[in-house]
Amino acid sequence: MFRFLSQFGLYVLLLKKVFSRPEKSVVYYRQTMSELVYLGLNSVGIITIISFFMGAVITLQTAYNTENPIYPTYLIGLGCRDSIILEFSSTVAALILAGKVGSSIASEIGTMRVTEQIDALEIMGVNSASYLILPKIVATLIFNPFLTLISIIVGIIGGWLAGTLSGVITSEDFIYGIQYAFIPYYITYSLIKTLFFAFIITSVSAFQGYYVDGGSLEVGRASTKAVVFSSVLILLFNVILTQLLLS
Amino acid sequence: MIRVKNLNKSFTNQNVLNNISVTFEPGKTNLIIGRSGSGKTVLLKSIVGLHDIDSGEIWYENVLFNKLDFTGKKEIRKEMGMLFQGSALFDSLTVEQNVRFPLDMFTDKTTEEKNERVNFCLKRVDIINANKLSPAELSGGMKKRVAIARAISLNPKYLFCDEPNSGLDPITAILIDELIKEITEEYSMTTIVNTHDMNSVMKIGEKIVFISDGIKCWEGSKDEILRSDCDTLNDFVFANALAKQLRSSLR
Repeated sequence: MFRFLSQFGLYVLLLKKVFSRPEKSVVYYRQTMSELVYLGLNSVGIITIISFFMGAVITLQTAYNTENPIYPTYLIGLGCRDSIILEFSSTVAALILAGKVGSSIASEIGTMRVTEQIDALEIMGVNSASYLILPKIVATLIFNPFLTLISIIVGIIGGWLAGTLSGVITSEDFIYGIQYAFIPYYITYSLIKTLFFAFIITSVSAFQGYYVDGGSLEVGRASTKAVVFSSVLILLFNVILTQLLLS
Repeated sequence: MIRVKNLNKSFTNQNVLNNISVTFEPGKTNLIIGRSGSGKTVLLKSIVGLHDIDSGEIWYENVLFNKLDFTGKKEIRKEMGMLFQGSALFDSLTVEQNVRFPLDMFTDKTTEEKNERVNFCLKRVDIINANKLSPAELSGGMKKRVAIARAISLNPKYLFCDEPNSGLDPITAILIDELIKEITEEYSMTTIVNTHDMNSVMKIGEKIVFISDGIKCWEGSKDEILRSDCDTLNDFVFANALAKQLRSSLR
């Protein structure tokens, strides 16, 4: 318990350092732009592939589990849409990003720590926490909502293609289903979750990397911890946010 | 000038530095020498503020550095340059971006002025036609020289070098030593070098502080070191066979 509290205290102190006034806005702006490419744009590929197959599987499973004449077939489209918007494109995509982006952040910052690059920043009078972590947080907060939107669109396309090509639903029924009883707030809900998850992934992973002590073995451990802690926190906050936003 | 008074530092109840008091003089190459694990790096990192000390005082001219807050330390740190053991160049930046980094961060110079300064610093350390290379493409000696170029880009008053010769061949090590000495004299900097290399001691050591088990055992010049009556220092200085022969011939 004491260890948890001490780690949490350290995390809060790190965030305080991260959100202090940047030394030179133009340098931070440039850094944020490169993080947008590195952490955001470079994740589009994996999110697209996963979302496509996720949508396809959701459609097929919904179809095989609702093989009952009582249920209209357009419900397959509706189920696919709501599953993707409410859960898969925000939470599952966040878990995948925790693996890809989280481990990359922890190992990058951890390596900088063990090779004294962070000490070099400190010696120059640079707030290393802010310089290294703030641009990453800003970049993921800006870009991850777009990743979620891409995931929703691609997921639904994947579902539509899988459904129509396998013959479990007609194109007209699927399109009717994804328009039926649509609640726009679900998109807002999904995007709000994405923002929280983006913050968790970046800050928790950066925290793990920033306080690495040792060598390459510890960097590897920090990277694993970053993924595990981010994932657990994502799942925990998923429950809390769902209760708060949908109840 | 940097003055250290009664400095104590421990890690989890293990004393690493015990009551160290020493003055490092400007325009001179001050060396901290001692065996591996003697506390040299901890002393250097405590002086620059990378380690919080348990007790004691660290003065930069008339400013009590260890009592300053983050903003206060930041102002002093803008006058520091440091060469780390592993160079600590930023992997994601090219050679020229590494040297330009402090200029981008702390000056309002134009791009042309920054480029001019970067090229001047790189030329000063004999790095030519390597501006666009990444640190991974450089040899150990080149990395150290680029790190020196980065350290002097803001014309610092204080230069700190943590084992600048580690991992270098003897000829490159001499070149790095000479470079540090030249730069120190050229810019009248207060330079502190951590080393356990006796070649460096004899080549550039104007003021030498010997640390053993976290205690300052001896201080003096390179001329005095060979005639010291401190046994611990003599064991260190005359550790290898050649040095032992030299000692017997001196006696």
